[in-house]
Amino acid sequence: MKKMKMTKTAKNNFVTYFIVLIAYILVQILLKSGHMSSLMEGLLVPLCIYVMLAVSLNLTVGILGELSLGHAGFMCVGAFSGAFFSKCMDGAMPDGIRFFIALLIGAAVAGVFGIVIGIPVLRLKGDYLAIVTLAFGEIIKNLVNVLYIGKDNNGFHFSMKDSISLHLGEEGQVIVNGAQGITGTPHDASFTAGVLLIFISLFIILNLINSRDGRAIMSIRDNRIAAESTGINITKYKLMAFSISAAIAGVAGVLYAHNLSTLTALPKNFGYNMSIMILVFVVLGGIGNIRGSIISAVILTLLPELLRGLSDYRMLIYAIVLIAMMLFNWSPKAIEWKDKLKEKYFSKIPFRKEKEVK
Amino acid sequence: MSFISYLINGISLGSVYAIIALGYTMVYGIAKMLNFAHGDVIMVGSFAVFTIVSTLGLSPILGILVAVVICTVLGMAIERVAYKPLRNASSPLAVLITAIGVSYLLQNIALLIFGANTKSFTSVVTISPLKLADGQLMISGETIVTIIAGIVIMIGLTLFVNKSKAGQAMLAVSEDKGAAQLMGINVNGTIALTFAIGSALAAIAGVLLCSAYPSLTPYTGAMPGIKAFVAAVFGGIGSIPGAMIGGILLGIIEILGKAYISSQMADAIVFAVLIIVLLVKPTGILGKNIQEKV
Repeated sequence: MKKMKMTKTAKNNFVTYFIVLIAYILVQILLKSGHMSSLMEGLLVPLCIYVMLAVSLNLTVGILGELSLGHAGFMCVGAFSGAFFSKCMDGAMPDGIRFFIALLIGAAVAGVFGIVIGIPVLRLKGDYLAIVTLAFGEIIKNLVNVLYIGKDNNGFHFSMKDSISLHLGEEGQVIVNGAQGITGTPHDASFTAGVLLIFISLFIILNLINSRDGRAIMSIRDNRIAAESTGINITKYKLMAFSISAAIAGVAGVLYAHNLSTLTALPKNFGYNMSIMILVFVVLGGIGNIRGSIISAVILTLLPELLRGLSDYRMLIYAIVLIAMMLFNWSPKAIEWKDKLKEKYFSKIPFRKEKEVK
Repeated sequence: MSFISYLINGISLGSVYAIIALGYTMVYGIAKMLNFAHGDVIMVGSFAVFTIVSTLGLSPILGILVAVVICTVLGMAIERVAYKPLRNASSPLAVLITAIGVSYLLQNIALLIFGANTKSFTSVVTISPLKLADGQLMISGETIVTIIAGIVIMIGLTLFVNKSKAGQAMLAVSEDKGAAQLMGINVNGTIALTFAIGSALAAIAGVLLCSAYPSLTPYTGAMPGIKAFVAAVFGGIGSIPGAMIGGILLGIIEILGKAYISSQMADAIVFAVLIIVLLVKPTGILGKNIQEKV
């Protein structure tokens, strides 16, 4: 095959992959030379998780153009299904293969949930859609907290009440223990695995965006009626974007579950607060800008840790920085002021005007 | 008999949700934004009353008045500093995220001042419980006061919006900002007034909520805030009677769900009902369906 000249999008995507690769190499150098504190080291896998969540939510919010506040719910589904599989298969197969299958299961289950939830939800619009996704996320978290699953020689037992009503046999073992969640998930997650998963999600999303399907999805975002009248199957493409986004969130959840020994569904990790935090990454990084999502997820995750020296004041500063950045980036007056500054100081340098994504 | 008592408790909790939801829905109607910081204004109001009544030992009435004033000023200040510059931003998500930032800010300020420990809130209601049907049915003073306050606020607000000039201006601005301005309505002033009323209602809701459920932390406002948001959407966001109906129904569903189905799953039941209602009627109970035209 003849080598083709790189198009602009291909170049753009290449830059995104390259940034992730450079970041990975840098971290590896720091790790090998022992320049990284154990605190930062513990933050590496969560960073990968947040990056994946932000990138996948950007597919829903930026590319499909629907506000979803239930992203943590899909992460929760993925985390619990993946951890459940790993717990059942612990010792039955090699670690690497088990983790790989757990990831696939997490993605599949979250993807199916994405379709099942997406069919009714995507008929709604705007803020109604947002609140229903939030409701689904909270329901998932709530149901997981009352779910009991045990395993004995007779197979699996389910209950929604407590672990005693599972009626397990003598050799029985409670796997999902209601509010106590799943304990003893094997620690399979690593930074390398996380970065690999980021690459895979980026590959999926960037290729989707620049494909025929991706353009169809964006046309729905820009004008639903116009898209429909050119023969685009709205439901199909909406569901496609929504379920892919959910599946990647599910994979992030599996990674999350295998990074901790105890997996519980708390408001902190799978509640709407988490969904909102991911949304903050997406909006601050630029709606529809995948690279921006990665960068803002990294910065906003590191910011509270870098401010740790300020102890109690760190979240306060985080909040102020967030508000200030939003005002600076989005207020029409600030944008006007920035344009003026640009004209004044950089008018001689020819600027490549970036096309604005609405 | 227990059913009636649950029902009354539900109406009481629902009145609190309705009062909070009114703030949400008015702000939504006029500024077309989801004010995520609204729940935290409730918390600020509760802490103001807590400081005055429990720490300083002053009278509860004074406490409520001061809380209302503080929240009103706070609401207007938030609108002026954080939301107004973004009113014409290219994406409606910008102001939503800023609201989340304000929510974090209020929570963390409260955390710094009052600490993370749960404070036990002394009820401001001194009415003794009402005994009906030979003592089989007990209605607490808080419940009575909450329901009465809810009714008074709903009637007052309906009258204000429909009869007063400022209320009519609010309706006009929420319908069409540009046209309202052409008619000589002070749009900025009207929006500020809406935030002021919404925040004052949040302060009252906070006092009522904490009197009935007397534990206070910097995160107290978050969940009632979300529930009230659900209630506002439930009734049709932007509609004032919708918020009242939505709030009261939500309170009743929550209490009955807790009593008869499962206490752990009460939240899930509330959200499930919301989903079903929205799937049947996608714009809420009283929401207007605006047809999209090409």
